[in-house]
Parts: sequence; C-alpha cells; structure tokens
Amino acid sequence: MLALTPLEIEALALSLRVAFWCVVVSLPFGVALAWLLARRDFIGKHLVNGLIHVPLVIPPVAVGYILLLLFGRRGPLGGFLAHAFGITIAFTWKGAVIASAVMGFPLLVRAIRLSLEAVDRRLEAAARTLGAGPLRVFLTVTLPLTLPGLLTGALLAFARSLGEFGATITFVSSIPGETRTLPLALYALSQTPDGEAGALRLVILSFLLAMAAIVASEFLARRVQDRLGA
Amino acid sequence: MLEVRARRSFGAFSLDVDFAAEAGRLIALFGRSGAGKTLLVNMLAGLVRPSAGRIAVGGHVLFDSAAGIDLPPERRRLGYVFQEGRLFPHFSVRGNLAYGMRRRDAAARREFDHIVALLGIEALLERRPRDLSGGEKQRVAIGRALLAAPRLILMDEPLAALDAARKAEILPYIERLRDELAIPTVYVSHAMEEIVRLADTVVLISNGRVSAVGPLEEVMSRLDLRPLTGRYEAGAVLATTVESHDDADGLSALRFPGGRLLVPRVELPPGARLRVRIRARDVSIALAPPKNVSILNIFKGTILETGEDSGGAQVDLLLDIGAPLWARVTARSFRELALTPGAPVYALIKAVAIDRHSLGRAGQPRFRDDSDGSAI
Repeated sequence: MLALTPLEIEALALSLRVAFWCVVVSLPFGVALAWLLARRDFIGKHLVNGLIHVPLVIPPVAVGYILLLLFGRRGPLGGFLAHAFGITIAFTWKGAVIASAVMGFPLLVRAIRLSLEAVDRRLEAAARTLGAGPLRVFLTVTLPLTLPGLLTGALLAFARSLGEFGATITFVSSIPGETRTLPLALYALSQTPDGEAGALRLVILSFLLAMAAIVASEFLARRVQDRLGA
Repeated sequence: MLEVRARRSFGAFSLDVDFAAEAGRLIALFGRSGAGKTLLVNMLAGLVRPSAGRIAVGGHVLFDSAAGIDLPPERRRLGYVFQEGRLFPHFSVRGNLAYGMRRRDAAARREFDHIVALLGIEALLERRPRDLSGGEKQRVAIGRALLAAPRLILMDEPLAALDAARKAEILPYIERLRDELAIPTVYVSHAMEEIVRLADTVVLISNGRVSAVGPLEEVMSRLDLRPLTGRYEAGAVLATTVESHDDADGLSALRFPGGRLLVPRVELPPGARLRVRIRARDVSIALAPPKNVSILNIFKGTILETGEDSGGAQVDLLLDIGAPLWARVTARSFRELALTPGAPVYALIKAVAIDRHSLGRAGQPRFRDDSDGSAI
C-alpha cells in the first residue's frame, strides 16, 4: 500500500527533475532582471516589468500555446535551436522545464527584487570605501544579503513548477516518462475508468511533496536569517 | 596635505568649499547639522561627485573635473568610519576587519593583531555585529577602516549615535590612533567637546561654505566666528602645559602664557601638553583685584573687543590675559562697569567650571606658545 508503483516513481522523479532544472535555469535570469528592475532606470522598464508578470494573469494554456509557436519545430526559436545545436524543446522534458520556468518567473523575480530593494545600500558604499570594486561588492555584500529573497523566490518557482499543468500540457503534451509530471499523471488517471484510487494516491503524494518543500525552505530560511544576523 | 575644492548644488542647498589643510594631524570639520559636513566627506570618499572641483590627498589627485579624473571609492584608499558603523551583518567581527585588507602575509597578520589590540577588540573577533554594543561596533568599524591601509581616515560623527558613557569609552581610542598610528584623520563633528579634545586643525563649515580654517585655538578665539562656533558653547581654548600637582587639594597647575591656571587634578605628568577650553559664561570680570573670593584663577588683562548680543541681555568680551580669553557678562554689568576696549580688567575663572570635557590632549608636538591674539 505504501510502496510507490513504477508509474508513480516515474512521475515523481520527472516532476522533481523538471522543478530542479526550472529553478537552476531561471535563477540567473531572475537575479539579473530583479537587479535591473531594483537598481536601474531604463527606457521600457515598465514594459519589461509588465511582460514578466504576464504569465500571472493570462491563462496558462495561452502561455503554453505561445511557447509552442516559438519553440515548435517551425517556430523561430525552435527552428534555430534544432538547426544550430540539434536541440528539440517541444514535446520533451526540457520543454516542461521552460514552461514551468516561464510560469514561475514572475514569482521568482518579485521575491528577489523585494529582497534586493531591502538591502542597505549604505553597506555597499562602505564596502566600496574598503577597496572592493562593484563586482566584489555584489558578490560579497549584495548577494549574501539577498539570500532570503533568493531562497523564497527559488521555493516559489520550485513549487509553481511542481503544480504546473496548463502551459505544460499545451506545450509538451503528456508523454509518459518524458513530460507526464505529477499533475499531468493525476489528470490522466482521473480521466481513466477505475483511476480514482491511483489519482487519490497522487494527490496525497503531491501534498506530502509540497509540505516537504515548505518545511525545508522554512528551515533554510531560518538558518540564513540567523547567519545574516537579522 | 589635504586640498579640497568642490562645488555642488542640491535644490536650495549648495556646497561650495575651497580649503587646504596640513593632513599630518587631525583635521576637524566642525559645523552645525545640515551645514554640509557629511556631504563634503562623501565627496572626499568618492560616494558623491562634485559638479566641479579638485580633491587631492598628500599629492594624490582623487578628483579633478578639469582633468577628467574621478577615482571610484575603491581606488581612493580613504578609510571611512560612518556614523552608524555600517558593519556587515553577515560577517563576524574578524570577517569585517579583514574585508578591506589587501594582503594576507605575516606582516599583514601582525598589523591585524596590532590594531585589534590597540582597539581592545580581541575578545570580540568571533562575534557577530548584532551581538556588539554601540561602542564595540564603532571600535570594530574604526579597525576595519584602518586595516584597509588608508592614506587618510574619514570619521563622520562616529560618536553621535552613542550615549555619553559610550562616547567616553571610544574617545581614548581615537586619541591613541591619532598619537600612535599617526594616520591623518578628517573628523566630522558638531560637538565642541570632541573637537577640543581631538582636533589640531579646524575647518569651520557653515551653510555649505568654509567660514574659517586654522589651528583650533585660533579659530575658537575669533569673536566674529562666535555665531558659528555656537552661543552657549562659546569659549576660548588655551594651550597649556602641566606644571605641577597639588595632591592634598586635588588640584593641578597648568602653565600658559598668561600665568598659572588651577584646575581639578588631571592625570597627566608634569610637562604634558593640555588644551583647556574655558567657556565665556564661566569667566567673570572685576575692575579691581577681588579679595576674599573663592575663585582661584584671577588674571589681569585688557579688553580687546566687545561683541553685542542680538538679544541685548548679554555681552561677550574678548580679553587679552597673555592669551585670548572670552568672558560673557550681562548687559547691565557691562554698562555699570563701563567696559570698553582697552580697559584694564581682572578675569575670574572658577576652577570647578573646568571639567574633563573641557580638556584635550594636543595631538602633535605643534604648540603655539606665542598665542598673542594675532589671529584676531
């Protein structure tokens, strides 16, 4: 009863893999954009800010469809990647990573941006007077002090990826072992006769996974906060 | 040598300064809150850019708008001690101290140990800034700035955020830095007692302009600067040397060009140089040598100048008793005694009015024994 079936293990492993890479891929972009939005004034700043938040407000299916148009075999990006590097995104787990990265991006950027804005810039000025150039200041003062926001943002993106459904199914479909993550497997089971028991098990599994992620992040956040001396 | 010429406007406020001061000693930037002192220090550090001007420290040009030079803060090598300390919360005290160190060799370690010992922070090294008291934080901040091997140390009201007890705790350390490390220091303050205790040279800043530059004793005895040096605080600074102690009565005798000044016992050996600030309101005037009074210090002198007080109830007098001295009397006494410039008078100074806040040790062996009022 407690042992997971091979199918459940497959979906769980895939979900974790997608969520992990989603965070890894979006974090550098998230930090860069959050920094731009928090620290720089440039033309089109409002537009960029608005674009980032689009996935929060339009239907996920629409996002999935746009990604399909962009990354499909004949799409501008998909065609380029296939020709230049032989990489296929559509209908692969990599596509699932992109779909959930786009959906979680607003949450990630927002958390990091708030944290960056809370960094005491007088500390950065102090570091400069001690001989540190802008890059060293960023790496040794700004980034460590942004760590709570980075953690929060990463957790939100991770969780968002675990729950991602609409954009994923539209963009990369629901291929067992390739793109069928937990929510997609759950949906598939719920559409199958006699699938109720299996679906319920996946619901419980999703719940436990989410709880584990939250507890782990709370623990980490507390340790970070402690280290920062806040 | 510190050379500063800088201009910049911020809305209604404008800073426009031009001065040079010998950087071999402690230079105080003195002025009221909002006079532009912190802005000026930030310009020295490279944190605020003047719209035009030139800044050089010991021959190194840090900023020169005409030549297009504007070194970033990290290349100016000026140690900056901020009012609020600004320790990095995510580093230990040791990490904070080491942040600006350029080298990690044996000599650098010795330097580290030396400064840590000098500031008395050995026991704090593994602590976090949040676990330090206000005074400890400032000591660590001073150490951090020193260990970056600066050409000049900037201290922006480092004691302003501390209570009186913490101030008294830090001041001796700053004196030791000045005397033992001999790193040129620019010290910003609006507190007269800190200036008297620490400064050799004073740059008086008012409303974004430099009102006076010169040795402490000179700037403080100028009657025309009285509105800037502060009304309540107004007073003269005497350069003295410790002559002898009277342990039975708990008094010390200080020698200055006007004679001997008796003050409550100071813990300095005879021969030590000491600056004494005598507030104008602690000096009384008599036309004849008074008898049977409790006042120990009576000096014969003449009135050099009289200053009207805007309120009209009090008058400030600049006296020459062998050194410049200020006295503040009521307008009634002024009238009844018919005090005019040139009149011979006796100045009465209560010994007990001179407390330790009025005393300062001169930093450098640069002492004006010929204070003859030439500054006026």
